Amino acid sequence: MTRTRIVAIVPALNEEGIIGKVVDEIRAVSPEIDVVVVDDASSDETAAVARSHGATVLRLPFNVGIGGAVQTGFRYALAEEYDRAVRLDGDGQHDAREIPKLLEPVERGEADLVIGSRFAEGEASYRPPFARRIGIRVFARLVSLLSGQHVTDTTSGFVALDRVGIELFAREYPHDYPEVEATLVALRSGLRLAQVQVEMRERETGASSITFVRSLYYIVKVLLALLVSSLRRYPRLQGTSR
Amino acid sequence: MTPLRASIVGVIASLVLLVIVLELVRGRRLKERYALLWLATGVLSAWRGALNTIAGWVGVETYPPAVLFAVATLFILLVLLHYSTVLSSLTDENVELAQRVALLEERVGRPSPSEPRVPEG
Repeated sequence: MTRTRIVAIVPALNEEGIIGKVVDEIRAVSPEIDVVVVDDASSDETAAVARSHGATVLRLPFNVGIGGAVQTGFRYALAEEYDRAVRLDGDGQHDAREIPKLLEPVERGEADLVIGSRFAEGEASYRPPFARRIGIRVFARLVSLLSGQHVTDTTSGFVALDRVGIELFAREYPHDYPEVEATLVALRSGLRLAQVQVEMRERETGASSITFVRSLYYIVKVLLALLVSSLRRYPRLQGTSR
Repeated sequence: MTPLRASIVGVIASLVLLVIVLELVRGRRLKERYALLWLATGVLSAWRGALNTIAGWVGVETYPPAVLFAVATLFILLVLLHYSTVLSSLTDENVELAQRVALLEERVGRPSPSEPRVPEG
């Protein structure tokens, strides 16, 4: 029996101030987890700092956006034959200590995709601004409606995957603002979903990639992507973890 | 009837377009598949008879050149739409290449030359 290989995929763009801490925290959770930082062509020392903290660094030659960066990690996980993948942000907003909790449903063989949801068990301490809260709700309702499953938080970037999930996302992952659409693609491909309540922290350095100006594009793009995704056909994948 | 002088100018303009397109293809600066679009444009704008026929079909009787503008606009929109699809696939291919480069560089174990070096320790 070979041991289960787990990779943590951390997309990062100009996060030299915190990426070292993020890598350390993941490694502190379990030495079994390999940390892969996907550097989306940062102009600062993100790659070097991550490497000096013991992470494997995949450095993109130019900026491809968050979705393309994350997918690089999934492709790496597929090529290196990892059994599990956890994806968390390079800005420190996802608490690495939640990783074992996130992996539980996969370990039990109950889910192919686990979403770290801020709202899985009703009220959480995380209270996003009103407009964003509405947005998160609306997207969750829409994805629930289109997939026929109850999803509480589709915008979360804190997810865990088994081999089936890795294979799907390595092949198919949206390039910008990917989380909502990716969730729908996964559900329509027949992946089994689990949701786990997680706390998220406030950002420590850097700025959220979603600024006020981009919000409108975000909303329209995601709505269009959901519409198109629900019109596409997806091959049903074997919903069993290996 | 289209005035003679206008016809001559139109035909000359079309011929110039055709020559430019052929020259670009000859010099391999334009792929044949795209050249076809432009050649069709040149031929259509030179062929005045076709214009009047099309005007008759769609019921424009008073001012046939209106059909030219309509067709030209539609054609340009189609060309642009076609470019959007080409751009989309190029973008996807570009991202995939970038991802493969990142994986390969990691496998080769050599940071890319553009990466700033940090002193050890």
